[in-house]
Amino acid sequence: VTDHAGAARRVVEGVARQSYGRLVAYLAARTRDVAAAEDALGDALAAALTVWPRDGVPRSPEAWLLTTARNRLIDRARHVRVHADAEYTLQVLVSEPEEGMTERAVPDDRLKLLFVCAHPAIDPVSHTPLMLQTVLGLDAAAIARAFVVAPTTMGQRLVRAKAKIRDAGIAFEVPEAHELPLRLDAVLRAIYAAFGTGWEDVPHDDVRARDLVTEAIWLARVLLELLPDEPEVHGLLALMLYCHSRRAARRDRAGAFVPLSEQDPAAWDEAMILEAESELALASRAGRMGRFQLEAAIQSVHADRRRTDMTDWNAITTLYEGLVRIAPTLGAVVGRAAAVAEAMGAEAGLRLLLDPDDAAVATYQPYWAVRGHLLTQLGRTADARGAFERAIALADDPAVKRYLTRAME
Amino acid sequence: MQYAILIYETPESFAGRANDDEYEPTLVAWRAYHKALVDAGIFVAGDPLLGPETATTIRIKGGQREIQDGPYANTKEQLAGFQILELPSLDAAIEWASRCPSAAIGAVEVRPLAPAVRDRVIR
Repeated sequence: VTDHAGAARRVVEGVARQSYGRLVAYLAARTRDVAAAEDALGDALAAALTVWPRDGVPRSPEAWLLTTARNRLIDRARHVRVHADAEYTLQVLVSEPEEGMTERAVPDDRLKLLFVCAHPAIDPVSHTPLMLQTVLGLDAAAIARAFVVAPTTMGQRLVRAKAKIRDAGIAFEVPEAHELPLRLDAVLRAIYAAFGTGWEDVPHDDVRARDLVTEAIWLARVLLELLPDEPEVHGLLALMLYCHSRRAARRDRAGAFVPLSEQDPAAWDEAMILEAESELALASRAGRMGRFQLEAAIQSVHADRRRTDMTDWNAITTLYEGLVRIAPTLGAVVGRAAAVAEAMGAEAGLRLLLDPDDAAVATYQPYWAVRGHLLTQLGRTADARGAFERAIALADDPAVKRYLTRAME
Repeated sequence: MQYAILIYETPESFAGRANDDEYEPTLVAWRAYHKALVDAGIFVAGDPLLGPETATTIRIKGGQREIQDGPYANTKEQLAGFQILELPSLDAAIEWASRCPSAAIGAVEVRPLAPAVRDRVIR
């Protein structure tokens, strides 16, 4: 019995991992009620843990879960029939032919769900958390830890966003061609934010942070499966793979932070770099340049150091100029200044850094770190010290703090 | 679903209504927009409102009627009209709200009606 239970539990966990987002998307796309879809699927997964060890794992576990979850939704809608939206749920679910779900594969509505999560009518701070929860099944507490907010705050944000989706009637549909570039950009930015949260803000030896990086890459793969012809999706995946390939090289044996320029390319993950290269090549076939392709191309130049033993800073400068033109984020502006400093000297780089009194840079750690490095090279030690002190104060990662402290002294 | 399209305009835009020549292009845009709503079969109701200087705000406090000259919210852009449209989704409502002539000069808010509440009021 224990073996049965163990085997059934593993199947349930496997199906949950592989199919969670697909099942939530299918149910939510028909009812517009994401929270109810998640609850119903949660009930179905719990039921599977009792029924499957007893009766055996069904031939199509996914279809079994979907039918069970769908019946939960119908039961619930009948209970609260007084509400107009429950009536709508009931009509839609009951009219759906049941054999359609058991015989054929569950239709994949995850793309629609991703577009709903990053919908412009939803507060942007909720885009990434919604994706992590609805498509990947992460719980609010885990998401809250990754975003360094109180679990109750994150819980409320998610509840509010799902209520808006349901009550305001956000459509589960892939945007039309004229809207697609902007809407897709929001989806890509939300996925990249998950990656950045796992990458930058939490100390790198934190297992949860690494997990979020992996989840973001997985989300990009899902998106790529659904939109194989969009160059920016390839670009985003390439960018994340390049950055992730250097994971092991970012720390030395003693756990100290190693900046990119001092990393040993032999410690980079070659297979991951090769996959990134091939994604970037696929992206360029479409002939439509974009922010993520440019950022990936910059990382690709850095990755070339493993073959050429040098970094082509002129190429990086050109790519940053393109990036600043189409996506002038603070990160791009600071990155360009650092690249120009390498290619043409610290003086030229410093001229491209924003004014230190600019409110935009007040809490942006990379700005102060780059400024500290450039001022040091120019021999302006006192000014450099001030910039490094600010960078150290703003860094979250203790290893980065230690690295900056050494650079300052 | 039914959505309310709440139209907000600037004082200049309200004032512009008084000048026939100045207002004519706006009217042409509104006639075209209204015709499009009717032709699409989504128009349920709607009307423009007179300016906020004609508004009176009423509250009952401690059983006493408190009447105040002026609109409820003291903002630069003021409610100038509303429409009720029958649409399949918020996305469709956003599409139609974007076409509203006031979207380019003021702001347009989209809100779903609350039929469940209405049903509890009107039994």
